[in-house]
Amino acid sequence: MKVGQPVTDKPKKYVIELKNLRFRWPGKQGWQLALDNLQLEAGQHLFIRGASGSGKTTLLNLLSGITTPNEGGLWLQQTPMHKLSAAKRDTLRAQQIGVVFQQLNLIPYLSVLDNVLLVAGFANQSAGELTERAIMLLQHLGLNDELHHQKATELSVGQQQRVAIARALLLRPALLIADEPTSALDADNRDAFMRLMLAEATESGTTVIFVSHDQALQSFFNWHLPMDQLEQGVQPC
Amino acid sequence: MLIKLARLSLWNRRGTVLMTVLSLVISISLLLGIDHLRHEAKNSFTSTVSGTDLIVGARSGQLNLLLYSIFRIGNATANISWETYQRIQRHPQIAWTIPISLGDSHRGYRVVGTNQDYFEFYRYAGQQQLQLAQGVIFDDVYDTVLGSEVATRLGYQLGQEIVLAHGIGQVSFSEHKDKPFTVVGILAPTGTPVDQSVHVSLEGIEAIHIDWQQGAPMPGRRVSAEQALEMDLTPKAITAFLVGLNSRAATFLVQRQINEFRGEPLTAILPGVALAELWQMLSMVERLLLVITVLVLLAGLVGMTTTLLASMKERQREIAILRAVGAHPGTLFWLVQLEVLLITLASLVLAMAVLMVGLWFGQDLLASRYGLFIGLNPIRDSSLQLMGLVLGLALLLGCIPSWLAYRRALTDGLSVRL
Repeated sequence: MKVGQPVTDKPKKYVIELKNLRFRWPGKQGWQLALDNLQLEAGQHLFIRGASGSGKTTLLNLLSGITTPNEGGLWLQQTPMHKLSAAKRDTLRAQQIGVVFQQLNLIPYLSVLDNVLLVAGFANQSAGELTERAIMLLQHLGLNDELHHQKATELSVGQQQRVAIARALLLRPALLIADEPTSALDADNRDAFMRLMLAEATESGTTVIFVSHDQALQSFFNWHLPMDQLEQGVQPC
Repeated sequence: MLIKLARLSLWNRRGTVLMTVLSLVISISLLLGIDHLRHEAKNSFTSTVSGTDLIVGARSGQLNLLLYSIFRIGNATANISWETYQRIQRHPQIAWTIPISLGDSHRGYRVVGTNQDYFEFYRYAGQQQLQLAQGVIFDDVYDTVLGSEVATRLGYQLGQEIVLAHGIGQVSFSEHKDKPFTVVGILAPTGTPVDQSVHVSLEGIEAIHIDWQQGAPMPGRRVSAEQALEMDLTPKAITAFLVGLNSRAATFLVQRQINEFRGEPLTAILPGVALAELWQMLSMVERLLLVITVLVLLAGLVGMTTTLLASMKERQREIAILRAVGAHPGTLFWLVQLEVLLITLASLVLAMAVLMVGLWFGQDLLASRYGLFIGLNPIRDSSLQLMGLVLGLALLLGCIPSWLAYRRALTDGLSVRL
């Protein structure tokens, strides 16, 4: 299966590249996840469609370097993630990968701005220098200045999800991973959210991997990957 | 940044955190307080009598002799005859003696029959001599000098007349009503049993018992106070006496000579040795108290661990977020340990403050009620060690929730099991 294959034959520098990826939970039979080939260039937006329980979470954990595959390899900007130590993968995630969850992305006791700047410390960057960009991102995402110093929990769900995007994109990461970030939003909010997120990602030059079961969102993306094609145990090793 | 996270996270849960800190403050101040008191009590206790080389009484155990002669606890089994006392007193090595005659009381306070040497030679807490707060030392047969606690608790003034009671109960049915004593002096507080004593002359003791026999008034024979003065008031016996030697080197020699005295069976003890033995017995209680406070502390720390463990459930989301932004599992371990550290440090500082304020208020009460003089500063080597122990134990127990956070961070990854 070839997904996100480059249009030309020229050798490309991929943002993310997966080869013969195999993963299974310890003690389980058969592969939980099998993915032979996936390559994404800078700025590409990929939609992965899959219901919950289809190995989606496993894929996200692999892509973000929380777990490593049993077989095969995973390169983030030519860096072999599967060969890095756990600590190095954590730092790489802080610097190069933004993550947005379904909901409750924010630490409840921190202010909106501190939530956005949270990533700085783990990426060994100074929060002070990034404050300007954080404020700019929040404004782009429609969050006014007066909201910045409020506690995260005082915001609506839609606003919280936009703060999460600001945090994910703060360091202009190579990759943005979004896990059903719109599931808690109504249709109007959802479309506005999608447009804002993809526009900001494009602005930051960030590649997007978006996972959702909602087919309606497919139209926002040029590249699609149905999850059921790489479901557990389907492909023999 | 980790400190900010820990601080704000605690502030966010300030209700439960406050209760945790409160329980820790109680247990830590209890621990430090008990430790402080036991040091102060030991100091105060072992300094009850000093400068005395030997205590001599009728043949008995050394603790019994120490208890009734110095601490006014319990009773002598027998007396020492006046002749024996006179003979031993003339021993060339003996510099001074203080005779003590016990057996009467005044409203629960022991009456000590003695002479002027008591006020000259008795030493406590190093080289401290007894000082008069008011009045003079007794001179007349019916004069009395009160310990400071007796005077303050019973509200006695100079010139007041008091009646001694036979026996040592709080309530006595046979009183020496016919021969009242006049308060001529009140001693300054010493923090020793002297404060709880009523001092009269040996002649006074003799006078009130002149018409008594076998612990009861002789029927049909009454001797008035004035008549008694005309009679021979040389004591027939005393209960014990304290001995000061010319040279400390002679202590064991004189002790042996007294113990082997042929005239009557006597016991001579070294007060330092007896005090140490007594303290050893008391320190069992004191150590038990310390063990209990350590257990209370453990309960407090376990409470903190429980609170943190309970909070881990609601913090799964937090762990996932921190992992997503690049926190190592180890970082989460240290984040929880940092919270433990902040809680414990806050509790230690507060406990110390509570203890100092408590001592400041309690000092007068302890001194006036129990004659226990305690220092205000509870910081000493042992209290610093205890504080270190508290911190160490807290961090050790804190490893449980911290390790849980670490495990969650490692296994759950970005997923949240709700």
